[in-house]
Amino acid sequence: MDSNSKYILRTKDLKAYYVLDDLGKKKTVKAVDNVNLNIRKNEIYGIAGESGCGKTSLMKTLYAFIKPPLRLMDGQVLYYRDGEEFDIYSLSKEERRKLRWEYIAYIPQGAMSIFNPVIKIEDTYRDFLNSHLSGKTKDEIFEIAREHIKQLGLPMKVLNSYPHQLSGGMRQRVAIALAALLKPAVIFADEPTTALDVVVQRGVVQLLKDIQKGLENTIILVTHDMGIHANITDRLVIMYAGKIIEEAETVEIFENPIHPYTKYLINSLPRFGDRGTRASAPGNPPSLANLPSGCAFHPRCPFKMDICEEKIPELSEQGNEHMVACWLTSEGVG
Amino acid sequence: MQALIKVNQLTKEFVLGNILSREKILAVDQVSFEIKPAEIFTLAGESGCGKTTIARMLLGFEEPTAGEIIYSKESPKKEKRVWFTQGIQAVFQNPFETFNPLRKVDSYLFETLYNYKLAADREEAVEIINSKLESVGLSFDEVSGKYPSEFSGGQLQRISIARALLTDPALLLADEPVSMVDASIRMSIVNLFKRLKEELGMSILYITHDLATAYYLGGQIAIMFRGNIMESGPVEKVLMEPKHPYTKLLRESIPEADPAKKWTDRISISELEYEEYLRKGCKFAGRCPEVMEKCKNQAPDTLLIDDVSVKCHLYCNS
Repeated sequence: MDSNSKYILRTKDLKAYYVLDDLGKKKTVKAVDNVNLNIRKNEIYGIAGESGCGKTSLMKTLYAFIKPPLRLMDGQVLYYRDGEEFDIYSLSKEERRKLRWEYIAYIPQGAMSIFNPVIKIEDTYRDFLNSHLSGKTKDEIFEIAREHIKQLGLPMKVLNSYPHQLSGGMRQRVAIALAALLKPAVIFADEPTTALDVVVQRGVVQLLKDIQKGLENTIILVTHDMGIHANITDRLVIMYAGKIIEEAETVEIFENPIHPYTKYLINSLPRFGDRGTRASAPGNPPSLANLPSGCAFHPRCPFKMDICEEKIPELSEQGNEHMVACWLTSEGVG
Repeated sequence: MQALIKVNQLTKEFVLGNILSREKILAVDQVSFEIKPAEIFTLAGESGCGKTTIARMLLGFEEPTAGEIIYSKESPKKEKRVWFTQGIQAVFQNPFETFNPLRKVDSYLFETLYNYKLAADREEAVEIINSKLESVGLSFDEVSGKYPSEFSGGQLQRISIARALLTDPALLLADEPVSMVDASIRMSIVNLFKRLKEELGMSILYITHDLATAYYLGGQIAIMFRGNIMESGPVEKVLMEPKHPYTKLLRESIPEADPAKKWTDRISISELEYEEYLRKGCKFAGRCPEVMEKCKNQAPDTLLIDDVSVKCHLYCNS
């Protein structure tokens, strides 16, 4: 298949549920429900959605970092490496461990708190390199660390500092730099700019862009901030209640949002120079444990039809590689 | 118009370090501003700029080192707290931390009413609570008997606002009220502030780092940096034609939800926070693209240039 070579990561009907045992009653929370993604090489791929929509669970499922109560129920996560595709869940534990950091890296939420507080950053680098590149002397390792810090334009003095001496923004950037150290082909970044100041946010975005350009790899960026998505991502998916409801190029989504939820997300953002009234979507986001029937957005949707309450809409192409899951655009499909 | 609350040369000093090395930093450095009735006043800046310290002093949680806060021509004294807090109520950042998870949400509402002796019996209290909840788009039936975990963040934040409204305050102090609220319902809270100002004539002190919602709300704005107000004036002027280099940097750093407006030029990031606090001259001198020699030694004066106060050496000669 030559279409394969275009994609670095694909998922097929991916389902990951939280299975909770509530006083003998089984409760399932459909955090990732029937997700099909096609992520290309050399792009920044954005995943947008509100808190509790399943975006972090999706990220963990893609990274094969799932622990009970989160369970993989069905589907495949296919990575492409050296001309062939493989399912990450078919690998042994040891093979997966080798894959991590060297081929796929993960920057967790709140990455600025991952550092060991009692050792210097350079020792964190040493620990990290020791476990992945064996047989290097101490000097060689520090040389790699220095070179890496220099390349990314971070100040050299961070290597000689303890984590608490660095500002939150600097720690966040060092965490991102560490993730990029072994030149992985895919980097997952979970809310890397959240809880940072606007100016520092811009620095983080700058760093992520530099890394992507330098390594020509794929960065999968999860954030709820549409402003960040507009600024950095090439393609964007919108998640709502565990499902993908819209996918397109970022420019296309911002210019021509189709799903009513996406429209609310984009049109409710205040813009400079325009003080017209901005309305939020009515109601509240649903709980994943107790989803509405049919399309999960129907209780909040102003264009609700009868079918929306009964059947779940499938993603369908609306031209321009723009995929939408909404009954408004898929008459005749159901 | 007569000011509702006037803040005069307010200063707060914190001491850093241990018993051997002590360093004083001015978390708030001679800050003055006033809020008029039925006005939205935004205090904006990055974390660690002193905006929450100002809020804490306004609420009486923290004693100012120097300066005064004058509310309705009087300065709040300790023994008169009740009178003072009835006029100023607050809403905080994290709605999940505002409420004790083991306590029913409505108990907070009753408690506020009884504390201020605003209701004689339960029946009267329910009536007042219901009317305030309705003004934030909820009702007493939806809230009564429930625990905080049964609400979403947006709902809890609205209940928190309704609680603040119970005393009919003249000033609502909102410290980062929307930063923890989901994107799709964020604007409903911002719109609520707009309505409170327009319909009830309430003044709102909106503390935020989000300049886009500040612009949307309108009114007056003060941009803070390391304890100083760098620029203040009408929102329209300060944000659309920023004068101070720091305001310009902040304004450019807001990610606009428009893929056509990506950032292209690069920025330098701050050194350590407290180093900037200890800086002698202008606190922004270390990062300012237009820094001059005198900025490093001498703090600039605040000048009024067409309705906007600017604290910058660039404008000192003109």
